[in-house]
Amino acid sequence: MNESKEIHVGVFVCHCGVNIGGVVDVPEVVEYAKTLPNVKYAEGSLYTCSSEGLSKIKEAIKKYQLNRVVVASCTPRTHEPLFRSACEEAGLNKYLFHMANIREHCSWVHPKEPKKATEKAKEMVRMAVAKASLLEPQAEPEIDVLPSALVIGGGVAGMTAALSLANQKFTVHLVEKESELGGKLRELYKLYPSDHYASEILEEFLQAVRSNANIIVYTSSTVKHSEGFIGNFKVTINHEGKEETLDVGTIIVATGADVLKPQGMYCYGQSKNIVTQLELEQLMKEKKLERPKNVVMIQCVGAREGKEGGRNYCSRICCTVAVKNALQIKELFPETEVSIVYRDMQTYGKDFEEQYNKAREGFTQFIRYDVENPPEVFIRPNGKLIVRVHDILIDGTLELDSDLVVLSTPLIQREDAKELSKILKVPLGSDGFFFEAHVKLRPVDFATDGIFVCGTAHSPKTIAESVAQAYAAASRAGIPMTLGRVRTEAITAFINEDSCTGCGTCINLCPYNAIQKDERGVAKVNDVLCKGCGVCAASCPEKAINMRHFSDAQVLAEATAALGET
Amino acid sequence: MSNAVLVIGGGIAGIQASLDLANRGTKVYLVEELPSIGGRMAQLDKTFPTMDCSICILAPKMIECFRHPNISLLTYSEVTEVKRDAGNFTVKILKKPRYVDVEKCTGCGTCMEKCPAKVPNEFDIGLGSRKAIYMPFKQAVPLIATIDPEHCLYFTKNVCRVCQKLCPSNAVNFEQKPEEIVVNVSSIILATGFDLFNPSIMSEYGYSRYKNTLLSMELERLISASGPTGGHLVRPSDGKEPKRIVFVQCVGSRSQRGELPYCSSVCCVYATKESILIKEHLPDIEVYILYLDLRAIGKGFQEFVDRAKKEYGVKYIKAHPGGITEDPITKNLQIYYEDIPTGEMKKFTADMVVLCPALIPKQDNKKIAQVMDLELDEYGFFKSKNELTAPVDTNVPGIYICGYCQGPKDIPESIAQASGAAARAAERIMCVTREAGS
Repeated sequence: MNESKEIHVGVFVCHCGVNIGGVVDVPEVVEYAKTLPNVKYAEGSLYTCSSEGLSKIKEAIKKYQLNRVVVASCTPRTHEPLFRSACEEAGLNKYLFHMANIREHCSWVHPKEPKKATEKAKEMVRMAVAKASLLEPQAEPEIDVLPSALVIGGGVAGMTAALSLANQKFTVHLVEKESELGGKLRELYKLYPSDHYASEILEEFLQAVRSNANIIVYTSSTVKHSEGFIGNFKVTINHEGKEETLDVGTIIVATGADVLKPQGMYCYGQSKNIVTQLELEQLMKEKKLERPKNVVMIQCVGAREGKEGGRNYCSRICCTVAVKNALQIKELFPETEVSIVYRDMQTYGKDFEEQYNKAREGFTQFIRYDVENPPEVFIRPNGKLIVRVHDILIDGTLELDSDLVVLSTPLIQREDAKELSKILKVPLGSDGFFFEAHVKLRPVDFATDGIFVCGTAHSPKTIAESVAQAYAAASRAGIPMTLGRVRTEAITAFINEDSCTGCGTCINLCPYNAIQKDERGVAKVNDVLCKGCGVCAASCPEKAINMRHFSDAQVLAEATAALGET
Repeated sequence: MSNAVLVIGGGIAGIQASLDLANRGTKVYLVEELPSIGGRMAQLDKTFPTMDCSICILAPKMIECFRHPNISLLTYSEVTEVKRDAGNFTVKILKKPRYVDVEKCTGCGTCMEKCPAKVPNEFDIGLGSRKAIYMPFKQAVPLIATIDPEHCLYFTKNVCRVCQKLCPSNAVNFEQKPEEIVVNVSSIILATGFDLFNPSIMSEYGYSRYKNTLLSMELERLISASGPTGGHLVRPSDGKEPKRIVFVQCVGSRSQRGELPYCSSVCCVYATKESILIKEHLPDIEVYILYLDLRAIGKGFQEFVDRAKKEYGVKYIKAHPGGITEDPITKNLQIYYEDIPTGEMKKFTADMVVLCPALIPKQDNKKIAQVMDLELDEYGFFKSKNELTAPVDTNVPGIYICGYCQGPKDIPESIAQASGAAARAAERIMCVTREAGS
């Protein structure tokens, strides 16, 4: 390709069905593009992202000897990789491609002003062409990926992920904070839907982990520090009081969740007969549950609060847990009366709904309350409990005598998650749980390459759902480790060594610790660590730092074009 | 030993499983019964709770499958025979004739414009029409025309051949024959998805008798910019904009009287999503959702429902729906329901009713189960080896399941299971290769 010779820009304007074409006059934008400097070819297409649209780009690159390509369509977030690879397939460095988002930034926000939207689309194309003309080819350095993983958390999710990776023949370092593996499984009694004892399932897991030579278990251990990047993380752990450093290619976060202790709610803490579901499980497990005459379970304790700043999420599993435990109590003590006081019964899916129906048929009483009118718990002087609830189904207030009140509290993020989030530089969402790269399409990836999440650290879920996610994390982490190499970011900072005075401003500001001074006192960028955020370039007092793909000249050209000059 | 994997079903689950495996260097055969991959997600307008445009986030993955050097895309194909031998599977796949040469067709669409035979469009749940030679939707992958011989005038009446005459690439070939392919694979991943329960048999709702009673998937197409009305929400009876829409949840699901007892898991939240979309299309419209329990169980879902209530004024009514009657002149609908909080029988009038039907396993699962010796549950979902600890494994080692065909779940759960099934298939390849090699 004649990258160094005369600039030949090709412009492809997408209708995106009616998404753009219904507002913006695409043929007019195409005609306008043809008049712009350096543009050798322009065309419109119904869907530029279709296989047909992509072939057209490739054909045009060859036919018109294009050495820069501009697509005016939707968001680069979803479509840039596609167009870039089309360019690559036609022999063009993919960094010679540029995109103008005339859908999200134009047609979608100006649906009622087609004329002005068309003008705006032209301006955006003008900007893109101006920048594209100055683009330069970039290289993505390849780095090796160590075939070993760190799994943080030794509960069901962590053990499953570790086993899957170990079976894929990778070395797995499984780090658990407690002195034994197992997580919440250690505290549970019986599990639904298989009706197995949690202890049996736990034993199977422990057997499998112990007998797998590829898994190295570190109990009583926590992650203290992490540096590096996909393929080459250096993680310091505190293992039984001693610091150790692990070199791993990928990291999986499977730290689990805690159960909310409902301090100050429903008299919790004021009577030993007011317990959480988890505490009930432990009583049953340890065979310490004395036969109660009446049990009342209250759902949504501290969940779905429906108020500003409250804990507004649904914890997903509590209704099923309550139904399961109601059935367990009935099995242990058939005479005991169990009532579940709930708002919406969240027994989703096939098995849980069946369980719910079974409980209804088995004389568990279900009483529905409204969020505005929550139940109240009273302790009588003789220690007996009363639950007063307004039943919306009969529109009347009931007073339920109870020897045992069980509070269904949500799963919440663990206290130490904030620290881990800082150490690994991965985010938490507004609900406190780890926040994945894309809620819909990338449920177990973090935005940071090489780090993954699974289990209840991600959001409340069942054991089966945690297992599925753990396998998913093992699949995602297994990809770069199987390939053994990954390509890294090309859009990085570079230093003009002649201008650098070694003041160190950039070193202090870099959020990725990617800059250090070399032996001459000149700043040096580690290309693999650099994420191309541009903080250093913007703050360098000597203007000695430049960004690849976002040079001053390129950005200025784009801005100048925006102001109408070409 | 084969290191390849067969994936059956080209929806989001099958796509994800294929990409995860292909991206680690595994050869994948992706079989889809329809002319295009994309599955149910391709039919959706937006996705909850992020309101991403569904096809916009799906299309790049579809195209990645199409272009991936490690993926053989076998659309319009079905698996006819599976034989187990020495830990591998020998699979016969039947490629149905498209009557269009896939090498020559450019997807230009000239044939579709000129074809005289109109057929209700399955992709739009029959709301719009397609031609007898068609591409199921604009972003179809592969973008290749297919002739539907049941409606093509040449096949039914031996006339026409307009498409053949007009095709600029000379791609139409009425003589094309079915083709059989045999592949040898180490694992099979099933991702056959779901179907919609047809509520016509529940006569009290009047579905298919009342013009303005729609299925939620039909509404999804009606409000989609690529749908039959170009995204203009109008009543099928008179083309007028509705002023009041009522959603009815649990149609055929959570049934106590013989339909389907399970909960489909996604309807409460997609009804919320569709309500928000309706409000965005027609801000003055009233939207009601009649529900039993509001199941907003996923990440960010409850917050999404709260937004629908507060920001968009969607009204949620706890109700047991009784039945629907139609005004024969106005085609308006009268909905009768028991208001749960008061226990009173109530009714009100709406211009449109949207039924949220049970989502059911594909009929074909039975055939597949038979061919592969797999166990199904009482509804026809594929059964996990252990519903707690081995959700993506089946009773047959080397055959894995993911997505809705394993049981009700949403898109991110389907994706997680799909990646999970891919991990299991990768484990199998590693174990077999290493053991064979050592």
